[in-house]
Amino acid sequence: MKTALAIAAVLASIPAILPGTAFAAEPAGGGGAAPQTSLPQLEGEVMCPTCGTLLELSHAPAAERERAFIRKLIAEGKSEDQIKDALVAEYGSGALALPDDDSINFYAYLLPLLVFAAGLGGVIWGVIRWRRNRESAADDVGPPSGPDSDDEARLERDMARFDL
Amino acid sequence: MGVVALLGLLAWGLFNKGEGGLGEGDPVPVATLPTLPAGEMKSLEDYRGKWVLLNVWASWCGPCRDESPALEEFEQANRGDIDVLGIDTRDLTNDALKFLSRYGISYEQLRDADGRYADDLKTTGVPESLLIDPDGNLAAQRKGPFRNLQDIEQFAAEAIAGESVSVQ
Repeated sequence: MKTALAIAAVLASIPAILPGTAFAAEPAGGGGAAPQTSLPQLEGEVMCPTCGTLLELSHAPAAERERAFIRKLIAEGKSEDQIKDALVAEYGSGALALPDDDSINFYAYLLPLLVFAAGLGGVIWGVIRWRRNRESAADDVGPPSGPDSDDEARLERDMARFDL
Repeated sequence: MGVVALLGLLAWGLFNKGEGGLGEGDPVPVATLPTLPAGEMKSLEDYRGKWVLLNVWASWCGPCRDESPALEEFEQANRGDIDVLGIDTRDLTNDALKFLSRYGISYEQLRDADGRYADDLKTTGVPESLLIDPDGNLAAQRKGPFRNLQDIEQFAAEAIAGESVSVQ
């Protein structure tokens, strides 16, 4: 019993020993267990509002303001999705470099895959059909037939003529 | 063959470069945008029958800061003859609101969050200003900042002088 109490006391004291760790795990933005993100990670996924490039490639004044905005939201403990939502609210959907998978932009990914699959299917179907045609053509030819009666008669005549 | 294609592409690029902006007399595109601070939706249609000086700006733009006091002064001096309308483009809402507060801007503002309207206006940067006649057509355009109040007055002379107003 004393051992169990001692273990419980030690476990209970861990947050007190490491208060920074305990509080750092809890996002201040009220996101619960939302995964933390970083500026370098987001810079590769969002666009500069004025340059038409990824944010990570730009140091335009507008890009610097966008970075400051993202830093502020990260400091507030916002998750990646919350930050992206905030950027879309500020700059519109063009703020995102990657298509949003729950929007019509999803088809930007889906369509090339569908076209590729359809093309591949077409090639496979064509090859199968070609092979089938070739096999049936070979079946139609059948075993080689012997000489007809005229040919046989001529052959006999020739062999007799040459004393074979 | 490749060289010919490349030359054709270059020629196409050169010809298309000339179609960069709105021409004088062209109808100015209209878009319904939220006001800044938010609250209403407005468009150029709401200003039909009046001269408008449309100023496209952003808080991160240094020259926009420089011309702002003169624009505010111009608006106060010519209220009634011409409406000054700001279009805040590709900007953060809080930055824009702080800008308006810091420079004491009182004229109406619309927020063009994604910059689509600025693109429709064929602007090439900020600041840019368009003088729009009461029929909604372009009377004059300034790419870049105004130097001072006199510069703005000169730009908008046609409007200030009360030139012919023909609303259709």
